[in-house]
Amino acid sequence: MRTAAVDWRLAAPLGIVYLALFAAPLLLLLGISLHSDQDLQQWGVDNWVKFWSDAFYRGVVWDTLRLGLAAVLATSLFAWPLAVFFCASSARTQKILLFIILLPLLTSVVIRTFAWIVILAREGLINQAVLALGLSATPLRLLQTETGLILALMQIEMPLMLLPLISVMRGLDPNLLDASRALGAGHWRSFFRVILPLSLPGWIAGATLVFASACTAFISQSVIGGARLVYLPSLIWQQAMVVYDWPFAAVCSVTLLFTVLAGVMMLNWLGRYARTD
Amino acid sequence: MNQRKSFADQSYSFVFGGLTLLGLLILIGPVFIVLITSFTTSASLRFPPPELSLRWYQALFDSARSAHIHRAAGNSLWVASMATLGASILSVFAALAIGRSRKPAARALEAAFLSPLILPSLAYGLATLMFFALLGLRPSLTHLIGGHLVVIAPFIFRTTLATITQLDPALIESSASLGAGRFMTFRRITLPLIAPGIFAGAFLAFVASMDNVPVSLFLSNARTDMLPIRMWGMMESTLDVRVAAVSGVLILVILVLMFVMDRLTGLTRRMSG
Repeated sequence: MRTAAVDWRLAAPLGIVYLALFAAPLLLLLGISLHSDQDLQQWGVDNWVKFWSDAFYRGVVWDTLRLGLAAVLATSLFAWPLAVFFCASSARTQKILLFIILLPLLTSVVIRTFAWIVILAREGLINQAVLALGLSATPLRLLQTETGLILALMQIEMPLMLLPLISVMRGLDPNLLDASRALGAGHWRSFFRVILPLSLPGWIAGATLVFASACTAFISQSVIGGARLVYLPSLIWQQAMVVYDWPFAAVCSVTLLFTVLAGVMMLNWLGRYARTD
Repeated sequence: MNQRKSFADQSYSFVFGGLTLLGLLILIGPVFIVLITSFTTSASLRFPPPELSLRWYQALFDSARSAHIHRAAGNSLWVASMATLGASILSVFAALAIGRSRKPAARALEAAFLSPLILPSLAYGLATLMFFALLGLRPSLTHLIGGHLVVIAPFIFRTTLATITQLDPALIESSASLGAGRFMTFRRITLPLIAPGIFAGAFLAFVASMDNVPVSLFLSNARTDMLPIRMWGMMESTLDVRVAAVSGVLILVILVLMFVMDRLTGLTRRMSG
């Protein structure tokens, strides 16, 4: 019974909608990127050459990749201790913690970005604290810097890292940790030798989501990063909606698609490498 | 030796405890900062606010001054409702189609139906804009519903599929052996059992559609404005404090919905695997 056949009649409606509204537009995007002129009359790879021969655009790809990796590292720093704490908590505390994790996740990205304007602005929370403590005589510039953006993305993406990590760590046998402790390993050693390697599949799943989400976080990048910091999403938007250069915008989009895909594959490869170690 | 070990353990507690506390603060703090800021009397986003008032909520609910926001909110609600309804029906069928199969075809279909989750939806958003424009269609809410449907369907498909695979096949067999037809079995046995999974997924899908930026960014225009895009515009041009008031309303709605959905479907349990 478990290996019942696929009922194609039931799968067809969603399948047809996906073919028409998902596969077809993406194929079209690829096709448009292979046009040389904005009227879409001439086929050619001119726009691909234009993108990849320009150091500025290559820099944008690199910056986008770096931003995604920075977000993964920043979220990991807090996610592991939080996940360890979660698993050690009582059922009652776990329920409260889940609400704390889910509330920001379900709150719009626009709202979370807005919160970080209030926190990072010249008159914002951080600057008031810095001035009050006398750490600096003048307000720090945090908006429109990469540091500010990574800080905001860390908070915005953290639930995406936490949920898979917690889900894997909850499935671990608690005896393993007890055994490690009983054999004389300290907390640090138990964490790095037992918890960390065993929870790696959860981390990979979370890191994939955080990476993909941070690379494409258009609103956060444009509002907190400002016009000076250019990443692939804002480049796509500008080319498509301001310059109206569709073939070039399509090249940027396909590049974003493959950039994210490359990052995701790298993370998965890392996971497989770590497991066979 | 003993001394050193306890020092190491102390440093562990200190570092992990500190990171946990800071992490919790970072997670939940911004939500409260927005809530408190929305009650400010001032026209700046200074935090903490000098005095508290309902000034910006009054401005937000003033139908003359905030007509644009109201229209965007109405559009977002309509699109989210229709896209969720459509995605629910299609995804439940799709999940039923492969739910009890372990064949390679089922695995491939599952991956295909989940693929919008991993693909950068910004690229998809631009693709839909070009697609509808080249078909000669003028921007409309219907296109937004179509684009949102594709992006949010995986949420419902995933939760429904998870509940179907946990279903005891004996229930369905006994229903059939007692003479119930396929439709009867579905309506009286399968559907009630998988309903919590469908509702949990539909809730997540609805929220995802309400928050969607990548698709709305390209498919909406002045007439078909969507709430997140309108809020982004308000944040980019002048720092309009009404954004805080809109956020306040949305946060309260989400809080209420979370409690309701948790009661109905065990949402929090479902989301932590």
